[in-house]
Amino acid sequence: MNYADKFKKTFFTENPVTGLLLGLCPTLAVTSSAENGLGMGLATTFVLLMSNLVISLLRNIIPNRVRIPAYIVIIATFVTVVDLGLKATLYDLHKTLGLFIPLIVVNCIILGRAEAFASKNTVWHSIVDGIANGLGFTFALFILGAIREILGSGAILGFRFWPEEYRTILLFVLAPGAFITLGFMLVGMNKISKMLEGK
Amino acid sequence: MAEMALLIVGAIFVNNVVFTKFLGICPYMGVSKKLDTAAGMSMAVAFVLTLAGAITYIVQHYVLVPVHIEYMQTIVFILVIASLVQLVEIVMKKTAPALYKALGIYLPLITTNCAILGIAILSVQNDFDFLQTVVFSFASALGFGLALVLFAGIREALDLRQVPKAFAGAPIAMIIAGILAMAFMGFAGMVK
Repeated sequence: MNYADKFKKTFFTENPVTGLLLGLCPTLAVTSSAENGLGMGLATTFVLLMSNLVISLLRNIIPNRVRIPAYIVIIATFVTVVDLGLKATLYDLHKTLGLFIPLIVVNCIILGRAEAFASKNTVWHSIVDGIANGLGFTFALFILGAIREILGSGAILGFRFWPEEYRTILLFVLAPGAFITLGFMLVGMNKISKMLEGK
Repeated sequence: MAEMALLIVGAIFVNNVVFTKFLGICPYMGVSKKLDTAAGMSMAVAFVLTLAGAITYIVQHYVLVPVHIEYMQTIVFILVIASLVQLVEIVMKKTAPALYKALGIYLPLITTNCAILGIAILSVQNDFDFLQTVVFSFASALGFGLALVLFAGIREALDLRQVPKAFAGAPIAMIIAGILAMAFMGFAGMVK
């Protein structure tokens, strides 16, 4: 496996969000700031990594007919781990992400990787695949969150771009801004992907 | 009665599942290319969401709380929903073949619709009683249907227009959804 190529793919051409349009609910819901996007991305990366690891370990044991329920139970287990872990350590982040932490269970990226990759590949490759896709997802969420936060509240990760008394475009941190920014981001990412493929 | 009416209006318009809660975006983008598939999906969601709301309420209050395993909520709920969808599919195939045919492929897809799990968890978080949970679930499904059908109508009309090449497909759909969400913002504050 070529690692550089793999990461280039999951970050740009086959990025779970901008390339394959998976996991859109958390993408739109938690990206009102770059920090929240990063938190959600890393939480999902952890679940993706662990579920890929366990599923690829058990890939020869789980009977084919009940594989989907089995995957869902494994994924739900790690989501519960993240849920309780975040509540104990990063309470504020847990509160802002709220409902969308238990909803990592139904994030199609995770079940998609389990079905398409971890159920057929070795443990090491599945771990790399989980990290690569998780970081690709985190990357998309971070960029979207950063754009919305800069336009909508004029600051990013506590760093101010313009003074507080300047007016910002509040729409971007509200619901419509999420859809519109993602729309424009898809155009930009498609352009970058095409450029990368052209070379 | 007035309280119920407020709950319904709130769930359909003010706190629309798609536009303010961001639930069920995947099917919202996926099956909104044609009006009739959008209508089929909305019906399937309304049916399963209402049932799932009722059953998860019973599971939460008569199983999880008495045994003190509320932390198992995510795992139990998703399993209940997944098996419920399967059950509905089997029963419907035998008893209502016409409806089964109409809903077709949308039924199994509903398991991964986060609106189902999301609304079930929200009902628990809001401390709704049984009747409120059922009404809230059904009204949320109506809100989802409304958003989906509106969007599908716009996308059908959009097929006949020329869109800049870079925006064709998903990007323009996202931007339209954003404009629709802006329209729904007009309802904000009507119901607390």
